[in-house]
Amino acid sequence: MTSLWPRIEPLLAGVEKPARYIGMERGSQVPHHGPGSVSWLLVYPDTYEIGLPNQGLQILYEILNERDDAAAERAYAPWLDLAAALRTHAVPLFSVDTHRAAADFDIVAFNLSAELVFTNVLECLDLGGIPVRTQQRAVTDPIVVAGGHCTFNPEPMADFVDAFVIGDGEEPVGEMTERVRDWKRAGHPGGREGILRELAAVPGVYVPSMYDVTYDGPALRSVTPRYADVPAVVDKRTVADLADWPYPKEQLVPLIEVVHDRLNVELFRGCTRGCRFCQAGMITRPVRERPADQVRSMVEQGLARTGYDEVALTSLSSADFSGIDALVSDLVTDQIGCGNVGVSLPSLRVDAFTVGIASEIQKVRRTGLTFAPEGGSWRLRQVINKLITEEDLYAAVEGAYSQGWRRVKLYFLVGLPTEMDEDTLGIAELARNVVKIGKQYTKQASATVSVGGFVPKAHTPFQWFGQNGTAELQRKITMLRDDLRKTAAQVKWHDPQATFAEGIASRGDRRIGAVIERVWRAGGTFQEWSEHFHLARWTDAMAAEGLDPDWHVTRHRTENEILPWDHIAAGLHRDFLWQDWQASLAAHGLPDCRWTPCYDCGVCTDYALEHVVASSVPPAGGSQGTGQDLSAGGAVPVLLGPTRVVRSEAEAVASSARPPSAGES
Amino acid sequence: MRGDVGYPVRIGFTKMGKVRFISHRDVARAFERAFRIESLPLSFTLGFSPRPKVSFGLALSVGHESDAEYLDFELAEPVPLEPLARAISGALPEGIEVFAVTALADRAPALQEAVSAVEWEIELTTDGDAQLAAPEAVTQRVEALLQAPTLVVERVRKGRTTTEDIRPTIRRMIVLGPTEHGTVIGVELATRPASVRPAELVAALGTEFREGRVRRTRQWIERGQQRLDPLTADPRIALEARAS
Repeated sequence: MTSLWPRIEPLLAGVEKPARYIGMERGSQVPHHGPGSVSWLLVYPDTYEIGLPNQGLQILYEILNERDDAAAERAYAPWLDLAAALRTHAVPLFSVDTHRAAADFDIVAFNLSAELVFTNVLECLDLGGIPVRTQQRAVTDPIVVAGGHCTFNPEPMADFVDAFVIGDGEEPVGEMTERVRDWKRAGHPGGREGILRELAAVPGVYVPSMYDVTYDGPALRSVTPRYADVPAVVDKRTVADLADWPYPKEQLVPLIEVVHDRLNVELFRGCTRGCRFCQAGMITRPVRERPADQVRSMVEQGLARTGYDEVALTSLSSADFSGIDALVSDLVTDQIGCGNVGVSLPSLRVDAFTVGIASEIQKVRRTGLTFAPEGGSWRLRQVINKLITEEDLYAAVEGAYSQGWRRVKLYFLVGLPTEMDEDTLGIAELARNVVKIGKQYTKQASATVSVGGFVPKAHTPFQWFGQNGTAELQRKITMLRDDLRKTAAQVKWHDPQATFAEGIASRGDRRIGAVIERVWRAGGTFQEWSEHFHLARWTDAMAAEGLDPDWHVTRHRTENEILPWDHIAAGLHRDFLWQDWQASLAAHGLPDCRWTPCYDCGVCTDYALEHVVASSVPPAGGSQGTGQDLSAGGAVPVLLGPTRVVRSEAEAVASSARPPSAGES
Repeated sequence: MRGDVGYPVRIGFTKMGKVRFISHRDVARAFERAFRIESLPLSFTLGFSPRPKVSFGLALSVGHESDAEYLDFELAEPVPLEPLARAISGALPEGIEVFAVTALADRAPALQEAVSAVEWEIELTTDGDAQLAAPEAVTQRVEALLQAPTLVVERVRKGRTTTEDIRPTIRRMIVLGPTEHGTVIGVELATRPASVRPAELVAALGTEFREGRVRRTRQWIERGQQRLDPLTADPRIALEARAS
C-alpha cells in the first residue's frame, strides 16, 4: 500500500500544528506489513497532543509490532482544519507512522477513555472511508475494535464498533490477531459474520452484533446472545502479574509538546481504596504492583533512551506503592537515573506522608500542590468512601505551606449522592480554612477549588444513582462561588452542560448510538473542547430519537432493573455493588481490602486472582481507608476473617487501638 | 585553570523533510534531549531552575527547511568534538543532521546578534494557472521589484499596524529555475533593521504567488569587509591542548 504523504504534505502548510501529522517520534516502530500479517491501526480519537502519551495505546503498539504476524501503526483525530482539508481534497484518514490509509488496515482500533470522544470515533471512521455503522460494512472493510475504560458500558457505541475488548488488552490483542490471521489465510470463511463470531469466542471480547436487545417502553428488557457459543456475559481480561509486561519499553518521545510530556512508568494497576464514584478503581481490581526492581530499571533505561528529564510514576494512588519512599529517595538522590531528574507522582493521597514525599521531589519551584478530598464534609466523604478526615487535609495543607508551597489546588465533585447544601458549602469552609492555614506561612497563600459535576459510571456502587441535572449542578456551583467571593480561594468548574452530555453517554443503552450519530452529523466533534460543545446538539438528538434525557441521566435506577452493561462483567458481584450502594446511603465507610480482610467484591475469587503487593502493611499516612491513624506508619496485620466488613466511622474511630477486624459490623 | 567558565561549542545543522513542520522551540527541546541521551557534560545556568547553557540562532518558521542552522552550547568539561556530530545526529529526529561541531572562542558574540545576512531559496507557486509561476513570469516580477526604489509593506507591531520599507534589506534576488509547481528564486537578505519573512517577499512579488518550499541556505556574520561562516567566525584555538 502506498504512502499518502505526497497528498498530505501540501495540506499541512495551511493547518495549525502540522507536526501533529508527521510521526517520526523517537520510539516509533517500523511496521512490517505483509500478506500473512494482520495490520492494526490504533487510533486515539482526540488530538495528537492528548492521544500520543496514552500508555495503553503505546503498550499495544509495541506488543503488536513485536509479533511476527502483526504490524501496528497509530492515528489521532485530525483537528477541524485538517479534517476539512482532507474532505475537500478527498484524502482519507491516515496513520502517522507510514501515512497509510485507514481503510488499508485489517483492524482499526479505538481507545475510548472518555465518553465525549465518542463522536470523534465516527468522524475518524468517516474520514477513513469506513462506513460508520457495523451493519453497513463489507468484508473488505476493516474490523472496528475499541478498548479502554468506556467499554465497560459499550452499548452507546454498539452500533459502530464491531468488537470491544473489555479490560487489559495485552493478551487479547494477540489472540485476536491469530483469529484474523487465520481467517484471512483461509479466504475469509463466513465473511464478516464469520470473523466476528470467531472474535466473540476470544475471552474478554464483546461483539455487540451477536446479541439481540429488546425493550419494554423506555426500559431495557433483555440482551440475549444470538448463538449458543456466544457468551451471555463477557468477563473482563486481567493481566495477573505486571512483571510479565514491562511496557512500554520504548516510550514514544513526541517532537511537539503534548500533555504528560515526560517518561511514564506504571507503578501498579488497580486500586482497592474503594472510592465509590471512581470507575477506574472498581474495574481495574485487583491491585497488581510492578516489582520495585523492574520500576527502577524501567526508569533508568527509559530516561537514558528518551532523554527526558522528568519521570512520572503512575497509578491510581501512587503513594500506596510498597516502598514508594525508598524509590523516590533513590530517584532524587540520583541512585537511579541520569542526574537532574524531576519526579512527579500523579494521584496522591491527602495526608502528611504524601506531602513529605512531595517535598522530597519538589526541592525547588514549589508553586502548586494538588489534593482531591472530593467531598465537602466528612459525612459525604463517608458516603463516597473517600475517607479523608479534616485533620488529614489540614495536616497535609499545613505541611505544604510550611515547606514553601504557596498555592494548594483542591479537587471536589458536586452532585454526589445524598449531597445537601451544607455539604457543598463545606467545600467553601474547607477552602477558607486551607487559606487561613496558608496565611500563617505566606502572605501569598492561595487555594484553587476545582469543581466537577459527578457522572455516575457503570460497575460502581453509584451506577443506580440519578445524576444531578444541569440546573441543580449550576445552582450548587453558583452557591459555592458566591460563598467564596472575596477570598483567596479561586473557584474553577466544569460546565454542567458537558457533564449532562457525559451522563447520556455514560449509562446509556444501545439506543444512544443513534443520538451519537446525530450529534456527529450535526458537526459535533471534539466535544471535550468547550468551544465546540453545545448541549442543544445532544438534547435535540435525544428528542429526534424520541428518548427522554432524564430517563437516561437523572433517574435513579431500581434494584432489579436490567442495566445496559449487565452482560459485561468487571468481576464485581452485583449484590456486592448494591450492598455497597446501601452502605453508602447510610454513610458507612469500607476499608481498603489490601490490608483488611476480604469483603468479597467478587473479582479475586471469580477470576482466581490475587493482589500483588510487596508489603502486607499499609503505607505510612493518614486514616484513609484503614480506619486507623497511620501517621506513624504503624503496621496493620492482614487478618483472615469473615468476608464482609462494613463499618461506620464511629466504630472505625473506636477501633483505632484494635486490629481492624475487631470492628466489623 | 578555567574557574567556572566552560567550553563553548558551536554546531551547524540542517532541518529538512518532514521535520520542517516542527517549531523552533521543538527543535530546541529535541537538542536538549539529544544532549542528555548522549550524556554530554553541559554547563548549567545558576539559580532556582538550572537550565543547560544552550543558545539558538535566528528562528526558522514552521514549514521552512534549512541547510544552515546553528546553535551554541557550553560544555562543563572538554570532550573530543570529532565524534559529536554523528552522535548527536543519531539522537535527533530524521532530517536534523549535525554537519559540523567547532570549539568556540570565549565570549564569542551570540548568533542572534552576530548573524547579519541570510540566504534563501524560495519556491513560488500559484493556486491556478501554473504559467503564472513559470520562470519567465517570475523573472519579470523580480526585475520590477528590484528596480523599484522602495518596497513598502504593512506590519503589525504590538497591535499597531505600521508601514516599513523593506527594499534596503533585499541584497540580491535571482531566478534559479523551474520546479514541478513553479519557480525557485534565490534571495539574500540583511537581518537588520528587521528580518524580512519569505512570505512578505512572496506577497510583494505579486498577489498571484503562493509560497512553496522555502529553504534557508546560508547565514553570514559580517565584520567590516569580511563575510564569515558562523562555524569559522570565532574559533577557539586548540581546545584540548588548553584544557590539559
